[in-house]
Amino acid sequence: MSATSPTAGAGLPAAHSISLTLNGQPRRLEVQPWTTLLDLLREQLQLTGSKKGCDHGQCGACTVLVNGKRINACLSLAVMQDGAEITTVEGLAEDGRLHPLQQAFIERDAFQCGYCTSGQLCSAVGLANEGRAHSRDEIRELMSGNLCRCGAYTNILAAIEDALPACREGGRS
Amino acid sequence: MTPFAYARARQVDEALALRAGHPEARFIAGGTNLLDLMKENVARPGMLIDITGLPLHDVETTADGGLRIGALVSNADLAYHPEVERRYPLLAQAILAGASPQLRNMASTGGNLLQRTRCYYFYDAGVPCNKREPGSGCPARDGLNRIHAILGASDQCIAVHPSDMCVALAALEATVEVAGPAGRRVIDFADFHRLPGDQPQRDNTLEDDELIVAITLPARGFARHHAYLKVRDRASYAFALVSVAAALEREADGRIAEARLALGGVAHKPWRDPRAEDLLRGQPCNAESFGRAADALLQGAQGFAHNDFKIELARRAIVRALEQAASQEGTP
Amino acid sequence: MTAHIGKPLDRVDGPLKVTGQAQYAGEFAVPGLTYGVAVNSTLAKGRILALDVDAAKAVPGVVDVLSHLNRPRMAAYDESYTDMDSADGAPFRPLFNDRVLYSGQPLALVVAETFEAARYAATLVGVRYAQEPHQTDIHRQAPHDAPAELPKPRGDADEAFARAAVKVEAAYSSPVEHHNPMEPHASTVVYQPDGGLTIYDKTQSAVNTLEFVSHIFGLADGDARVLSPFVGGAFGSGLRPQYQVVLAVMAALHLKRSVRVTLTRQQMFTFGHRPQTLQRLKLGADQKGHLEAVIHEVLGETSRFEDFTEHVAEWSGALYHCDNVRLAYQLAALDVYTPLDMRAPGAVLGIYALECALDELAVATGVDPVQLRIDNFSPVNQNEGKPYSSKQLLACYQQGAERFGWSQRNPQPRSMREGHQLIGWGMASGAWEAMLMPASAKATLAIDGSLVVASATADIGTGTYTVMTQIAGETLGLPMDKVTFKLGDTSLPKAPLEGGSFTVSSVGTAVQQACQALIKTLLETAQKDDDSPLAGATPDDVECVDGCLRLKADPARSLTFTDIVRQSGSPSLEAQADAKPEAERDKYATGSHAAVFVEVKVDEALGTVQVSRVVSAIAAGRVVNPKTAENQILGGVVWGIGMALQEETQLDHHLGRFMNHSLAEYHIPVQADIQDLQVIFVEEHDRIVNPLGSKGVGEIGIVGVAAAIANAVYHATGKRVRDLPITLDKLL
Repeated sequence: MSATSPTAGAGLPAAHSISLTLNGQPRRLEVQPWTTLLDLLREQLQLTGSKKGCDHGQCGACTVLVNGKRINACLSLAVMQDGAEITTVEGLAEDGRLHPLQQAFIERDAFQCGYCTSGQLCSAVGLANEGRAHSRDEIRELMSGNLCRCGAYTNILAAIEDALPACREGGRS
Repeated sequence: MTPFAYARARQVDEALALRAGHPEARFIAGGTNLLDLMKENVARPGMLIDITGLPLHDVETTADGGLRIGALVSNADLAYHPEVERRYPLLAQAILAGASPQLRNMASTGGNLLQRTRCYYFYDAGVPCNKREPGSGCPARDGLNRIHAILGASDQCIAVHPSDMCVALAALEATVEVAGPAGRRVIDFADFHRLPGDQPQRDNTLEDDELIVAITLPARGFARHHAYLKVRDRASYAFALVSVAAALEREADGRIAEARLALGGVAHKPWRDPRAEDLLRGQPCNAESFGRAADALLQGAQGFAHNDFKIELARRAIVRALEQAASQEGTP
Repeated sequence: MTAHIGKPLDRVDGPLKVTGQAQYAGEFAVPGLTYGVAVNSTLAKGRILALDVDAAKAVPGVVDVLSHLNRPRMAAYDESYTDMDSADGAPFRPLFNDRVLYSGQPLALVVAETFEAARYAATLVGVRYAQEPHQTDIHRQAPHDAPAELPKPRGDADEAFARAAVKVEAAYSSPVEHHNPMEPHASTVVYQPDGGLTIYDKTQSAVNTLEFVSHIFGLADGDARVLSPFVGGAFGSGLRPQYQVVLAVMAALHLKRSVRVTLTRQQMFTFGHRPQTLQRLKLGADQKGHLEAVIHEVLGETSRFEDFTEHVAEWSGALYHCDNVRLAYQLAALDVYTPLDMRAPGAVLGIYALECALDELAVATGVDPVQLRIDNFSPVNQNEGKPYSSKQLLACYQQGAERFGWSQRNPQPRSMREGHQLIGWGMASGAWEAMLMPASAKATLAIDGSLVVASATADIGTGTYTVMTQIAGETLGLPMDKVTFKLGDTSLPKAPLEGGSFTVSSVGTAVQQACQALIKTLLETAQKDDDSPLAGATPDDVECVDGCLRLKADPARSLTFTDIVRQSGSPSLEAQADAKPEAERDKYATGSHAAVFVEVKVDEALGTVQVSRVVSAIAAGRVVNPKTAENQILGGVVWGIGMALQEETQLDHHLGRFMNHSLAEYHIPVQADIQDLQVIFVEEHDRIVNPLGSKGVGEIGIVGVAAAIANAVYHATGKRVRDLPITLDKLL
């Protein structure tokens, strides 16, 4: 009935074994049903680049890419990501070379405190993959799922505008 | 979040059988609202049945020219589906007015119908709420009710349904196909969500052991004359104070042949009243006829102090949406 | 020359932030870490009769449940709980006793081996209360005088107002707001094998946190060290140590284990906030708008246990010339947590009311709003009776108005429209203090010629790492990549709180002086060799270029830093500076200033407001890094948009509880709300304010924005909304 093999836990429902590809690396993991993808990344795998700003899908700081699509990792159960290909901010650079969006964020000073930045970046990669943003207003609307309390929106917009052409050419996720 | 068991189903029957054996279980697909509520200790299922593997991901044209949407199609995929963009742009607009791109990528079509209210009191397990704990009281009536209902509320609950997509589905007269232990049945959209009455804990007429499998749109899509107008406290990523789905078909002489009008953010369900639409049929498109329809749709509207403004706001939004629908072809 | 100051350089911490490698307080991995989750009160006032913790403790993985019943020893006296940003009164003491002082108060801490177990068990803690009547409504509480030193009344404002040719009298209100930095407050306390504590805390001052927890828990010098390398925004929320660090340290000491406590977003609404205010302004003027009377009365909210005060009314006696001024400030004590400094505390509220009232005066007199302000300009702060060290506010008006196109403005409300949208133009002035605090810094030059400069300040996103690197690099003539700045660590020389826009001036001065002292040390070291090419030179005779110390008059007489360090026989040379404000400063008033110009589009039928254009002209002295400084101002403008149109924490007075405690229902601007924002830095030279001539830009960007928006909304619609935020229902 279940595709995964539950293992026994002391007085609590069973843990499950899942396989996924994380930043290009295949991983096999034991997860409790109630562990979110975000808590798995941050607390168990020490991939703290993905941030917890609200834990309720209301800020976007936890945005990661699952099979190339941006989602809120805080509202996703790890156990439901079996077989998925997941990219976090730690996986955006390739061979030590920053992703065009990362580079543009630095050049445009598209952050201050940095806490929303990972989510903004992964969201922008998702935006590029979707190919639906063709104007400033469309970028604004389609980046509105990522709050920035420092208020660096002007620079975030500029950085994304700068990097979108390179993202399209590169076709990178 | 209360610990829970997890199981995965691959077929509808398998999901239903799992559910039948586990009364404490809930189905999970996108999880965007369920996990949210579980973290707030508002929902405490003992088991989650993962239905994302069920074969309910297709969008197909029906024999009579309608569109059957699998319950697991994501909100984003639905909004950007070529058939929806072309034939049901009102639905696409409504979906894209809601939530964020991330949430739309996760949330399922069926799950969107099952979103629960954003009432502050419902979400805070530290305070009374009849919807969360029947009989505990409704602090919203005499409390902070700026975002609450002006239509169809009860003494027990003045919460509103938060969905944008559902407002369009109501206007388009969609039907909801559900599967349960007794087989399948089809629910008219107007009958799917319910008013709070004295059972505010129940949002809709879906039975606990039933599963939404598809939403079907009739052939008539109002692609030429439609508008989804959402009024909210910021430009994006906020729930509607008032939203309007307006759809028209016009005669050659410009008069209204067919009209649909539904409101979001004002009631425990998408608010529709055929009498308002009847008033539009045969009428010219002008402020007068639109205003009459708005008045009819808002008949009996009642505020609770902070939300009194919604009555006038809704009236103006209805007129605006009808104007947009009438004057523009394609996207407003 | 290696000139860094004034250059728009990229942030030195940028690569860490865009790759997810910057680690914040709740992100440090520790073997055997436990997780604490707080249980918060659901009523606003009363006593705890009983705590039922059995069910919580039975959850697998739960280590313990701490409360006032079993907590370790804590200091009893209020004095031990004071901190660098305390208000008058008795500071809050988490888990101290059975008293419930506000809704949302932490009552217990569940500690477990996993975050999830602690979160679940926290829902199982049962609390039985003896409820007492509460009051959270500022309108229903008798006020008392604020314990604040207001400027004495000057002239006779009431008499002058009575006889003024033109009078404006208006009441303005502003709601409770919460800081809501993106990073929730978090502390990771590492319990060392020797019993020492390493505390990673989200704070605007590691020093403040260390002193606070040391006093509370009786820690000796050296028992604990506080680190705070990255802070995910704070805006004032980190000026006082918040309860998560007390709970985390308490649990670590009690359990002798490492503990992390991270607040939920909901819990971010359970400590300090910007206070609600009710303000009354009376402006008297002659027919041409020259101010003859200013009366500004403020009622702010505070808690029952502390009197929170900020500078709200002062600005009305300082920004413009007026000889008859009376300012008043009262507080209403409510059953809420003590308010807390929040971006441009006080100023943003008082200047909102003042600048709206001035707009009303402009309408009443028919004088253009910019001209009105120019006509009332004061080069002197009359509150203090001192001239401003610099105040390029007139240049802000002129340059801002020009960029905005203000001269095209038709003063008539409702005179511009675009379809359904009414268009309005409004403006306002802004001001903030230019403060200077004592600060220390140490500069260490290694034998490889690399420089490390350190001070226990913070970078809450403001750019401290980058700006200090620039100042140090410029002073020692080194490229940026040869310089490392360290902060957020109590083992470093002391710095003031990171706040109030005084970090660049205070810590920057210390960094500059430490580097200058290091030059002196280098020179002295070099001169120990009798044959030194620098023999006989004084510090004024030398300069640092490309890692060399050389004679200005004869650049060929030069030594590399590496040679000098090697010559010293030590692996490095260091110098420390303890910078203090100079006495000369006391003769002057100091401040930064702004002129903000705003265009709004208001949907005539639906009341929705879009801020379509903002030009913010800023006079803040010397700008060390135009790129990061502009970002600060842009952020301030975004905050002003939120304040004007969206932000409000709503209190249910029956329950005594904030109810919209989430980022879905506490609205802050999103990307789609932000349109065309432009920043101008007006040239302003100031040798008095501090040796760098820099005034700081963290606060000035927000001040005046809400008023400019409110004034633009009036210009668009003819409606004067005097209650923030200007939500659409107020414009229907």
